[in-house]
Amino acid sequence: MTSLVQSVDWLAIAPPTIAALTGLLVLVTDLFVPAGRKGLLAWLSVAGLAAASLALLLLLDGDRSTFCLTGDTAVCSYTADRFTVVIQFLVLAGALVTALLSVGPLRENRGGEAELPAGEYWFLLLSSAAGAALLPASRDLATLVIALEVASLPAFALVGLRRGDRRSAEAALKFFLSSVVATAVTLLGASFVYAATGTLHLTEIATALDDVDPALTTLAQTGVALTLVGFAFKTAAVPFHFWVPDTYIGAPLPVAAYLSVVGKAVGFTGLILVTVVAFPSYAHVWGPVMAVLAGLTMTVGNAAALRQSSTRAYSAVRLLAWSSVGQAGYLLVPIASAAYADDAAGAERAVGATVSYALMYAAVNLGAFAVASLVARSRPRNRIEDYRGLYARRPLAALALGFFLLCLAGLPPGIIGLFAKVTVFAAAVDAGLGWLAVVMAVNVVIALVYYLRWTAVLFRARVDAPQQAPVRLPLPLTGAVALTAVVAVALSGAPQLVLRFSEGVLF
Amino acid sequence: MIDISDTVLQFVLVVVVAGPLVGAGAALLPAPPGLRGTSPDQAVLRHGVTVTGAVLLAALVLAVGFDHDHPATMQATTDISWIPALDVRLHFGVDGISLPLVVLTALLTFLCALYSYFKMPAGPSPRAFVALLLVLESGTLATFAVLDLLLFFLAFEMVLIPMYFLIARWGGAQKAQAAWKFILYTLLGSVVMLLGLLVIGLDSGTFDMVALATDNGSGMTKSVQVMAVLAIGIGLAVKTPMWPLHSWLPDAHTAAPTVGSVLLAGVLLKMGTYGFVRILLPATPDGMSVFAPYLAAFAVVGIIYGSLACLALARKGAGGDLKRLIAYSSVGHMGFVLLGISTMTPTGVNGALFANIGHGLITGLLFFLVGALKDRTGSTDLDALARETGGALYGRAPRLGGLLAFGAVASLGLPGLAGFWGEMLALFGAFRPAEGLHRGAFLTFMVIAGIGTLLTAAYLLIVVRRVCMGAPPAADAPDAPRLADVQGYEFASWTPLVALTVLAGLWPALLLGLTDPAVQQLLAGGKA
Repeated sequence: MTSLVQSVDWLAIAPPTIAALTGLLVLVTDLFVPAGRKGLLAWLSVAGLAAASLALLLLLDGDRSTFCLTGDTAVCSYTADRFTVVIQFLVLAGALVTALLSVGPLRENRGGEAELPAGEYWFLLLSSAAGAALLPASRDLATLVIALEVASLPAFALVGLRRGDRRSAEAALKFFLSSVVATAVTLLGASFVYAATGTLHLTEIATALDDVDPALTTLAQTGVALTLVGFAFKTAAVPFHFWVPDTYIGAPLPVAAYLSVVGKAVGFTGLILVTVVAFPSYAHVWGPVMAVLAGLTMTVGNAAALRQSSTRAYSAVRLLAWSSVGQAGYLLVPIASAAYADDAAGAERAVGATVSYALMYAAVNLGAFAVASLVARSRPRNRIEDYRGLYARRPLAALALGFFLLCLAGLPPGIIGLFAKVTVFAAAVDAGLGWLAVVMAVNVVIALVYYLRWTAVLFRARVDAPQQAPVRLPLPLTGAVALTAVVAVALSGAPQLVLRFSEGVLF
Repeated sequence: MIDISDTVLQFVLVVVVAGPLVGAGAALLPAPPGLRGTSPDQAVLRHGVTVTGAVLLAALVLAVGFDHDHPATMQATTDISWIPALDVRLHFGVDGISLPLVVLTALLTFLCALYSYFKMPAGPSPRAFVALLLVLESGTLATFAVLDLLLFFLAFEMVLIPMYFLIARWGGAQKAQAAWKFILYTLLGSVVMLLGLLVIGLDSGTFDMVALATDNGSGMTKSVQVMAVLAIGIGLAVKTPMWPLHSWLPDAHTAAPTVGSVLLAGVLLKMGTYGFVRILLPATPDGMSVFAPYLAAFAVVGIIYGSLACLALARKGAGGDLKRLIAYSSVGHMGFVLLGISTMTPTGVNGALFANIGHGLITGLLFFLVGALKDRTGSTDLDALARETGGALYGRAPRLGGLLAFGAVASLGLPGLAGFWGEMLALFGAFRPAEGLHRGAFLTFMVIAGIGTLLTAAYLLIVVRRVCMGAPPAADAPDAPRLADVQGYEFASWTPLVALTVLAGLWPALLLGLTDPAVQQLLAGGKA
């Protein structure tokens, strides 16, 4: 007789668990910490995220699974394989950098009252990070949807957390309504798939979909398509992208950085799991859909980013928002290519290109947001015009931002950006998606225009030079810029560090 | 010539490629004590001269140590794995085809650094100028020295940002627009080229240029080759530039500072034609032979178009800009290079490589001279320079006038100077193109290109007549400021170009002996 009590591999689930427990700890600690000492909470959160990231080191030795079926131990709900560990690292490190960026804004107060409530902020951030870390490990549709919700719900609150800011509340509402609709559609799709296959586990679905009852084929196909919607929304793929600019501007800047990196990671991880692991036999359905989505997403994102006027308020964040939509398009290209791969190994290699690209993107995009936060301290309107002559004021920050932007554009000296794009191109060419590769090529050129325009502004001489006292920068913010810059430069010297995932050693 | 061990040569080549990059980094740091000079600006400009000088020295050592008996073999090769995921290797080496280009690049950059030391273009701080110049040099040298397709692409892209900033920050009128046009055209071409490189690499399973040349296209079907040649060809043709993809060039040249123009015409354009010879001819011969007639047709249209544009600019009252005129003449000259390549014969390709070097020397010199004229008179407008009665440079600044006339006749291909052999060999190649190419078509192209040489002679002589000749103004005439003749530093930076133009013209075997065996081998598929 088998035991009904599952044995849980605590080590395997440590990273999301540590993040979640730290969140609870912070929430409780908040009650006992006097208003003047809220800084303690920040360090507690940073330490928690760092510990969760370090816990990943223990998972490097091999694949672990837990929450398996008692009948068939090969079918599990939680798996910590290479893919999981890499994405968890991306998510937790991204959250860590976000935490560093958040320390400054949380210290600010307006009229005696803090603009952002510290305890709540850290709790929400950690909860969302825990959900995002759970998602790559999920191997059944129910866990996947729950993880998606855990990652998203705190994010709505984070966007609307700024007290007495109408724009922030409006952004949160917009984000909330559209996101909930998308998740509901995903849930509907998942239930269709369940109805057609009778199982929720991804690998089981993959086998069951091979011989679906002919009467249920339409249901299964609809289910497959609908399931993708919620994740496409998180990735900000067109046509689920319209919430991005307003939300990024309305949200506190660190939250926007978080959404642009961790939120996107949630989206494309879900897409990879559903498409490549669960629905490989329906590649002819989702393959073309993903390819068209990818093409549309990058084109719309880049075209909109190109049209941003540099003197409009918040144009820097607006540009980063639209550029992140464009970048999401590049992230989708290898996933689409995976549909056309000859075998599972080929699909894995293609998906690996997305992972490589995402790691590069995470480092440099967080870096760009870090410099944006730095500039926002002295120029809260954050127009691109405000970056004029940054090199004269803060040469290192300007060089770092220039480097990040060139990485995003994929031009030397941003070597890692260039080669990450090359892997994405290679995936598309390998899959025979020549048209998508050409669309992407055109987009790379469009994107170059606005990235380079911004880079050129950094080094231009100031027209007016109002002398103002230099604003003191909080140490964590400087640390975040330095950290991302060091990572980006190191990756440029040794691109193999992230590109090795495109060799297909993930699952 | 002189026996230098291979390990040393390897090291020297690495220094040549990486040295400028290190120098660029050092240029951004404050000068160490003892090297501060009279001012920070002077120190950094001197740093530029030192670094480019050291690189030139290393390039010369490389040329001396190069085994001239076996120019077809890759020498001083380094081959280290860099990114196994993409199969990118740090694979460097030089053979008879790349060595002259490496030396030319090192020489021109050094001369530019020397010239800027005395005549810094107007603009922001020289610190960034020197750093960008060095990055540019590193990218160009790397393009000629790498033997890996993706590394080639990296090097090809590496020159974009520095050149963009050189034009946009230190350029003349309409600099921002011209810089944009330059970078957008080139980038659009080069991403398409990347797709072609990936097609070759993924289809044949290697990105190594030596291996690809040895395979000689045997691993790829004809349709794959056609696709690859089309994609890569577009990227290279934008850079070369081939008519009708040339329209960024005149603007970029007109706006660029003198040294920017010199390097753009002298070495950056060669990256395009070098790519044709190094990648497309050996790796995709079948695809190349499909496109060769079209390439030749575009090339001769470029020759005629370039010279007609120049004639129009040279006319009296046309308001033609001298820099723009030389830029258009580059379109014509590069047309000869492309014609030579498209014949796919050893004669034609050797001619193309010779014309590459010749054009680099002569056009580099011409841009220096026009830059000097602009510094003196404040204008490159041909009508303003020529005035009513002719510019009378012979009378007002005889040495400058003489050099300008020398550059012009060298450019029109006077026998005995460097411009002659390349164009003549290209025409010879077109007379008897490779097997499988339509001879009648190539004969027609040859005749048209021949007419092009006449037109070239016509506009250059018009320029010489209008700028150099004429009656010198009366000494007290207010509208003609006194012109300073050639200064010492100008002599220093121009003499090597003049000397090499004469040397290459009188002793072509010096270059052809290097290129010919390598070209024979490339066309024969890696087998000597």
